[in-house]
Amino acid sequence: MARKRAFGTLIVLFLAAPAWAQPPGGGDTPGRTPPPVTGEQVYVQVCQACHMADAKGGSGAATIPALAKNPKLAEPGYPIGMILQGRGAMPPLTDLLGPAQIAGVVTYVRTHFGNSYRQPVSEADVKAMMAP
Amino acid sequence: METPRSTRRQLLTAIGMVGGTTALYHAMTTMGHAAETQYKGPPDLSGARPGASVLVLGAGLAGMLAAYELNKAGYKVRILEYQNRAGGRNWSLYGGDTYTELGGATQKVQFAPGHYLNPGPWRIPYHHRTLLHYCKAFGVQLEPFIQFNHNAFVHSADAFGGRPVRYREAAADFEGNVAELLAKAVNQKALDSELTPQDREKLLEALRGWGMLDKDMRYTTNLMSSEHRGYERPPGGGVNGAPIPSQVFSFHDVLYSQVWKNMAFFMNHEMQTTMFQPVGGMGMIGKAFARQVQQLITFNAKVTRINQDKSGVTVTYADTGTGTVSEAKADFCVCAIPLGVLNQISNNMAPEKRAAVAAVPYSNSVKIGLQMARRFWETDDYIYGGHSFTSQDIALVSYPNYHLFEDGPGVLLGAFATGAGAYRLAGMTPEQRIAAALAQGSVFHPEAYRKEFQNGASVAWNRVPWTLGCCARWNEETRKEHYQTLVAVDDRIVLAGEHASYVGCWMEGALLSSLDAITRLHKRALEA
Repeated sequence: MARKRAFGTLIVLFLAAPAWAQPPGGGDTPGRTPPPVTGEQVYVQVCQACHMADAKGGSGAATIPALAKNPKLAEPGYPIGMILQGRGAMPPLTDLLGPAQIAGVVTYVRTHFGNSYRQPVSEADVKAMMAP
Repeated sequence: METPRSTRRQLLTAIGMVGGTTALYHAMTTMGHAAETQYKGPPDLSGARPGASVLVLGAGLAGMLAAYELNKAGYKVRILEYQNRAGGRNWSLYGGDTYTELGGATQKVQFAPGHYLNPGPWRIPYHHRTLLHYCKAFGVQLEPFIQFNHNAFVHSADAFGGRPVRYREAAADFEGNVAELLAKAVNQKALDSELTPQDREKLLEALRGWGMLDKDMRYTTNLMSSEHRGYERPPGGGVNGAPIPSQVFSFHDVLYSQVWKNMAFFMNHEMQTTMFQPVGGMGMIGKAFARQVQQLITFNAKVTRINQDKSGVTVTYADTGTGTVSEAKADFCVCAIPLGVLNQISNNMAPEKRAAVAAVPYSNSVKIGLQMARRFWETDDYIYGGHSFTSQDIALVSYPNYHLFEDGPGVLLGAFATGAGAYRLAGMTPEQRIAAALAQGSVFHPEAYRKEFQNGASVAWNRVPWTLGCCARWNEETRKEHYQTLVAVDDRIVLAGEHASYVGCWMEGALLSSLDAITRLHKRALEA
């Protein structure tokens, strides 16, 4: 699947990442990065680049919004729409992430960083919002 | 053979008279004269009304060029810049510099004197004539940028057991095998309906010569293939002067290495040689532009509102140090602020213009500079400039084109990541990025890479406080729906920058956009 291909590269060995991040084989032989599966993995490998490890975003000439303690996350369609369509400088991430990964990361963000919206988001919820 | 100049001009004149300009254009293209650039020379802005004023937002190359030309034409010009330096994405980091990214991570750059990282643009195609023109006009000294190095490495996790091979070996084997297979197809009469017997003969002759095929039309280990891919023992003098051929790779590995992507990369018009870089770092261009307009720039000015009405344009800005809010007024405005930032600035441009600004997301990329104590890629691997490509997140290691053969240190470009790899690297702390770059780059130079490392610096473009991204990412749909709206003069305001061009992500695009924008704004000013 074309959208998954982008993740077919190598992982960083030292990263304080979960056990799945270990490359196959040993020594210096470079392995492959498995695609991020859990919501946390997607957050660390994609979202954190802009929204930061603490999900507090950042501000300079313009602002990358905080996801931490963000009441807009109460409505799951809001973060799903952001990932599917992007906004401003943020691109749509559908070339990197499939519906299951999007559901996982939205669920993760809605239940971490000071957010407690317990209702999980399903793959079907994401597919329902994707253009036919 | 070169056609004598006078003869060619006479011929073109004749074609122009008979067939009109379209025929002339086609003839010129065929003869290799046209279609290199849209640059037509400095803009004609004659007749500016005395006292007419223009406010320029952003002291990147687009903004500074607009200011320079408008000022020269007689306009009263002022530039507002968010940073405390001019140049925008044209930027080099040197030892002693400090850089703080969004999120607060601060790096103190420790490169040795004379060495640098170009976080943004780093190479100039020979046909980016606008940029070359202004480099010359503003006294920027250029030197060759070594783009294509046959002796650098290619590495893929999918081929050669994960070991890097030399570009020349993989590329020669790809071409040789393709030539052999195509020759087989011809000889098995698979192309008889496509080609005349004479053309088949010509094609076979080409495949033999281009692909280094033997008399039986096979690509195999021999002195012919070694002429392209290199030797096991190269030709020498005296007793052991006779060369020994190198072993060709299995075509399976060659295919899975995807070396064709690297070969195709070098065929891109924008990646073709000759390429150039400024002596001393790409940032020298921004500095040279800034020297021309220095007195016009207000630094540390964060624009918070852009308002236009019948009488002119009013821009509200805050001093980033003191917080003091001020207003600047002018008759017209050239806004060269990146779209992702502009999208968050309150303004009263037309709704369709604001929709266009909001419609274009930005790409991400990560660059990492690594200072090594000695130039082991030169002394141990005979690599002088150019790039080694990898399927890992870092995407490549690029070797410096300056201070060649010196004993002292060198600064490698240890990553030029895009896409998923860039998001992964950007999400790390600066220290983690360096560690990742060392781990991945070691695939090319396992003995020396970690051992010789001294210090490093990284820039993740989506964390750059004044752009929130690398470059505008247009696609066919957004071009169709929004591009013309984005570049159109909106009453008193016109946008400029690489985002307002079809040469996206290149300095040339920023400059061409700027020249076009001020030419139209000047016309609008004369009509007012």
